[in-house]
Amino acid sequence: MNDRQQERHAPEEQLPPPTERIPVLRWLRQNLFSSWLNAILTVIAAAVIAAVALGLLRWALGARWAVIPANLKLLLVGTYPLQYIWRVWVAVYIITFLVGLSSGSHGGLMRRISVTMALVSVVFAILPFPWATRAWLGGIALSEVVGFGLGYLGRGNRWYKRAEIGLWILSFPIILVFLNGVGGFLPVVAGRTTWGFMLNLIGAAVGIALSFPIGVLLALGRRSKLPVIRWVCTAYIELIRGVPLISLLFMASIMLQLLLPATVRPDLVIRAMMTITAFTAAYMAENVRGGLQAIPRGQYEAAYAVGLNGTLTTMLIILPQALRLVIPAIVGQFIALFMDTTLFGFIAILELLNITRSIMGNLEWRGTIFELYVFIGVVFWVVCYSMSYISRRIEKTVGVGER
Amino acid sequence: MTNNEGIIIYRDVHKWFGDFHVLRGITFTLEKGEVVVICGPSGSGKSTCIRTINRLEEHQRGQIIVDGIELTNDLRNIEAIRREIGMVFQQFNLFPHLTAAQNVTLAPIWVLKMKKSKAQQVALDLLERVGIPEQADKFPGQLSGGQQQRVAIARALAMSPKIMLFDEPTSALDPEMIKEVLDVMKELALSGMTMIVVTHEMGFAREVADRIIFFDFGELIEENKPEAFFHNAQHERTKLFLSQILQ
Repeated sequence: MNDRQQERHAPEEQLPPPTERIPVLRWLRQNLFSSWLNAILTVIAAAVIAAVALGLLRWALGARWAVIPANLKLLLVGTYPLQYIWRVWVAVYIITFLVGLSSGSHGGLMRRISVTMALVSVVFAILPFPWATRAWLGGIALSEVVGFGLGYLGRGNRWYKRAEIGLWILSFPIILVFLNGVGGFLPVVAGRTTWGFMLNLIGAAVGIALSFPIGVLLALGRRSKLPVIRWVCTAYIELIRGVPLISLLFMASIMLQLLLPATVRPDLVIRAMMTITAFTAAYMAENVRGGLQAIPRGQYEAAYAVGLNGTLTTMLIILPQALRLVIPAIVGQFIALFMDTTLFGFIAILELLNITRSIMGNLEWRGTIFELYVFIGVVFWVVCYSMSYISRRIEKTVGVGER
Repeated sequence: MTNNEGIIIYRDVHKWFGDFHVLRGITFTLEKGEVVVICGPSGSGKSTCIRTINRLEEHQRGQIIVDGIELTNDLRNIEAIRREIGMVFQQFNLFPHLTAAQNVTLAPIWVLKMKKSKAQQVALDLLERVGIPEQADKFPGQLSGGQQQRVAIARALAMSPKIMLFDEPTSALDPEMIKEVLDVMKELALSGMTMIVVTHEMGFAREVADRIIFFDFGELIEENKPEAFFHNAQHERTKLFLSQILQ
């Protein structure tokens, strides 16, 4: 009894000094001030960080941020004609509607994405934009809610599932035709100055959607037993990987005009997208091949032994495992592809970076170079970080049950 | 050539890996419903031998006839024969991205074009038969070695094969899990399945096999009923092997 009482009192009597007792202080002491040398280094580092932060803050407060709202339309959609700007919004709504649809039927990652998109659009709608813009922004949330409702009702239905996949696939050509125009009700508006940041996004989307399947086919081709297919694929991959993207873009913009008759000459923007797709596909192929090589021989043998033929073995056993192994590498490639769309500027296409340059050339906005580049940096970071966040979530979801 | 001559006819089969002569003129016949155990020291060609039966390895000389179909380079013949033969591997080789039940239903759905609901029922019945119905929705990585091997047996049985090949099915298992797999194999043998089993489990061989074949250096040294094989081996090499493995 006595002993226990003493024990209970003991900790209070021998209370350690505050630097040990308060977690924050203890952490500081252990990690930043554990010795004289460490303490000096900590102080110096803190001073440097403070100086840089202060400088940044002073610049940020004095910067002419007005350049961004004033040129926002130009930055985002280039010289897309104002009277047709509704087409851009409708294109956005098609996507947000589909995201809402999928989030209604799947939940999980899709629901997170759609909720985030809806919240962001609402937040922007609250900002002091012109009322028309606010209404358009509100439409994003609305289209998602409508999609969500339909998806929620349709979930589990076999036909709904097919329709959903079909709509996603169809949405691509529809959006492109819609934005570009076909004449008549939708006059053609496209040209090399038309797009702005929209071009970076569309270029990346088209590049991702096309280079992935092409890359997978190239990877399989490079491992084919048929020598001709193997040689062709290997030659393609090695040729493309041996040439910088920028020179491929120059070739597409200039040389193609010399080689092809004028009647079959695709638009410069189309050529640029084809080039970046062809370029990324070669790298994609090597990423996928890495995954294919990691699959043990026993998996092929087990698949053959239960009677699967070569095609089914590849589609059902080998590719699903190989692709999930290389998700990080593939997403890295997608991010690089998105960044590479800024190289379109070098062949006189007005994408985001190039537009920025022309804004800086405007006398009214002279010297706003940092503001514009910070803006570009933020925009690109947001998109790239979203991609890598999504990839991490996908990795987690498909990694269920893995050792 | 008729079927009643034997469901597997193996006639003077040779195989080389590069310069290495793995199979040196092997000849044997298997009747329907027979259970044959192949044993022998490692590197003697026993695994290679059963892997030639479903063409995971090619033979280079001689004849292999399975259920009346001769194995040649004709892809259709190979696929037809593989549908009739189930195989169980030393390393299980389950598909790690699919659940136990999906591992079992995959081939019936895609190769036999079975309805999904029916395949699911078949899978549950088979998992019940191998004693792990409660593991149907787990992934291979979440199962013990013995459980994985039993899923692998169920996967092979799902194609209703006429012949089952076992390539050292218990060699990668912890000792306490060997029995659960052998029990499933015994039950299978009693049900009349034609089986070829490469194994070092002499207890299993003695109890279940109709015949035991002994391999050494790529040759078939001895072929006998279990009783005679264990107590009255004809060849010195067989005796030496038995003395080593039975201590």
